[in-house]
Amino acid sequence: MTQLGGAAGIAAPEAERRSALEYLKGLLDKAGPIVAILILGIFLSIRTDRFLTAQNFTNIVRQAASIGLIAIGMMLAILTGGIDLSVGALMALSTILMGKAVQAGWPGLWPVLVCLASGFLLGAFNGLLLTKLKLPHPFISTMGTQNIFRGACLLLTAGTPISGMPPAVKWAGSSFVAGALPVSALILILVYLVFGFFLRNTTLGRHIYVVGGNTTTARLSGVNVDFTLVMVYALSGLMCGLAGLVLAGRVDAVYPMAGIGWETDAIAAVIIGGSSFFGGRGNILGTFSGLILISVLRNGLNLMNITPDMQTVILGTVIILAVFIDVVRNGGFAKVKKL
Amino acid sequence: MDGSPPLLSLRGISKLYPGVRALDSVDLDILPGEIHVLLGENGAGKSTLIKTILGIEAPNGGEIRWKGRRLGAYGIREAYAMGIAAIYQELNNVGCLSVAENLYLGNEIPLGRLRGTVSPSRQRAAARAALARVGLAVDPAIAVERLGVGQKQLLEIARALDRKAELVIMDEPTSSLSRSEIDQLLGLMAAMKAQGIAILFITHKLDEAKKIGDRVTVLKDGKKVGTLGIAEADEELIIKMMVGRKLEEKYPRRSARIGAEALRVEGLTGARFRDVSFSVRSGELLGLFGLVGAGRTETLRGIFGADRVAGGAIYLEGELARIERPADAIRRGVSFVTENRKEEGLTLIHDVVENATLPSLGSFCSLPAVVDQGRRYAATMDYGRRLNLRPLHVRKRAMDFSGGNQQKIVVEKWLMTGGKVFLFDEPTKGVDVGAKTEIYGIMNRLLEGGAAVIMVSSEMQEILGMSDRIVTMYEGRVTGEIANGPEATQERLLIMATGGGLE
Repeated sequence: MTQLGGAAGIAAPEAERRSALEYLKGLLDKAGPIVAILILGIFLSIRTDRFLTAQNFTNIVRQAASIGLIAIGMMLAILTGGIDLSVGALMALSTILMGKAVQAGWPGLWPVLVCLASGFLLGAFNGLLLTKLKLPHPFISTMGTQNIFRGACLLLTAGTPISGMPPAVKWAGSSFVAGALPVSALILILVYLVFGFFLRNTTLGRHIYVVGGNTTTARLSGVNVDFTLVMVYALSGLMCGLAGLVLAGRVDAVYPMAGIGWETDAIAAVIIGGSSFFGGRGNILGTFSGLILISVLRNGLNLMNITPDMQTVILGTVIILAVFIDVVRNGGFAKVKKL
Repeated sequence: MDGSPPLLSLRGISKLYPGVRALDSVDLDILPGEIHVLLGENGAGKSTLIKTILGIEAPNGGEIRWKGRRLGAYGIREAYAMGIAAIYQELNNVGCLSVAENLYLGNEIPLGRLRGTVSPSRQRAAARAALARVGLAVDPAIAVERLGVGQKQLLEIARALDRKAELVIMDEPTSSLSRSEIDQLLGLMAAMKAQGIAILFITHKLDEAKKIGDRVTVLKDGKKVGTLGIAEADEELIIKMMVGRKLEEKYPRRSARIGAEALRVEGLTGARFRDVSFSVRSGELLGLFGLVGAGRTETLRGIFGADRVAGGAIYLEGELARIERPADAIRRGVSFVTENRKEEGLTLIHDVVENATLPSLGSFCSLPAVVDQGRRYAATMDYGRRLNLRPLHVRKRAMDFSGGNQQKIVVEKWLMTGGKVFLFDEPTKGVDVGAKTEIYGIMNRLLEGGAAVIMVSSEMQEILGMSDRIVTMYEGRVTGEIANGPEATQERLLIMATGGGLE
């Protein structure tokens, strides 16, 4: 994309016009997994008669909702060159706190607020560990908090679920609008749109990219790097809280072992979506396509009666394949080979 | 040397990148034991030529001969094995490993004859001899990260010599060295030449080329302009060959009116500078001169809030300014064009728009914190045009621009903040002659617009050519101040900058 643009730049530096073809190529670069989703979709439509049904699509989207929200926060962390391994445990802890509020009889929307606020604050705690204690990499700090949060869940509940969620939570997790559209899917799409705008068009959004691209340059250009990082992890926590809300609404309970291993799926969605693991590069449309690819794949494997054990193997293969395709596309393969 | 067959011979080498002809049918002969100087503006194709010789880039056309034998496609490993070595501008050694380990990296000395083993003691012993050959007196057991830039360079040369390199490519080796280090390096190069080793020497400094080179080849726009014997190559002719026109004046004149005091520092003290005091007025260029390591960069960083200062005061337009972080300085109209544009000035993977509008992002917001994309694109184009950014293609990533144009992007980002005090740290380092004059022109326009400029430079000519007033530093302290007039001679500046007697 840049290369074609470069050629145009030499020929006519005054104006930068992009042809429809280049635009399409750019779109493909951003949403490469969409092609894979289409191929997979066609394959599954032929192989199984249950794939192409409205009921099944509802299923896919509802299952994708929680992971999808978590993937947004993960993407923010990865954009800054970091990672958030605590997402699953953080989600569980914020829902447990919500469950405690419900048990204590807090009325109306208070439990919802507890869930979201605790998600945000626990995330901010991750960010502060990184910026104030200057721990070398968030891999370490969030691996630590992952254990702390999970342990706290178990301590608070003695290992047993809390059931009976308030109406607002159940609405978010399991009701439909216009008869067929799950509310959780609407929340997912709305949040993706909001974050798309946030990342592209706000100062904090742009600062996230620059901090990931070159922290020193960002700092010397007046960017408040610490604030940016704390906000990234806090927003990741907030998204975990929201994901927990949707999950709790779907199953009408909160349980302390929720979300184990979810960080892997979230990272997979982000990386399949084309974000760079070194930070500074990635976009929301890519992450969304990565998410849908994983969800359709899981769904298809279920429909084809493939065992969960085998599913795990296949998902792992897809992650490696997706990253490899990305390497080849960026010409990195040729470079690596030569050196 | 005449009549001997060339060591390396390039014929009709072309390299195409999509839309760009980086090398256009270039011929080049390097003779055994000659120091061949390669000159050219940034973007003239020097880097591509080096990469082609090293086998990092495969040419699209032409042939390469090594000692008369025609080479097929080859990679960097084969190039090393043949006897070609490269000393890069950005040195690539492993900082946490020892000097000896770096010296034999990829070529380890085994325990006895056991392949795959390493004998640290034998490596250290061998390293001592190898280091002595290049005049590097350090303990081979210490970590490389403790060496200075010049020492690391010598280590790389020791490595090349150890591998029996017959052609050593040196990519601007002197650009970050102090005067004495440069002299040491040039001496070593002469000794290598005497041993029959050929050197391809890329530099921007014409005086070094004159001093040590045998022949000079000039590239421009991917084409070879010509090869000259060093005796025929006078400065004016070379500049004309490089830029295709005559530079009327290396240091353009300005008509800035020197006004009120813009910045004053009093007793500023930090980790590597003590009790530094000076001031600069609007419309005035203050040159800050000293040897590498004199604390000039650190002083600028202190003023800008990039490092903590331990004491002292900073006044902006006569008012005491509390600057604790770069954001404070930027808000008060202070800009800092850093020395290392790649590490500190740019995010290379992002486009020009992102880089240029980073410090001023807030001013492109329509609603609070919502960036107006159209406006920041238009402004980046506008400033890019004024700075003669080439190519004027602001959606290209910063990494795809040549060094001189990258520097323009850094300058652009600070111009867009509308600052009143500009701190320039080695603004023309690694920048070719043509782009240098353009950068001086930009500084002059800033001064004419009423800005104050402090320029740190290790090039005495640049300091003398551009400054209104000069402050010298030595070992972290101000050692003198002088108006740039007849008394400001090179000798006097050098005495001041080496802590010698003030009068």
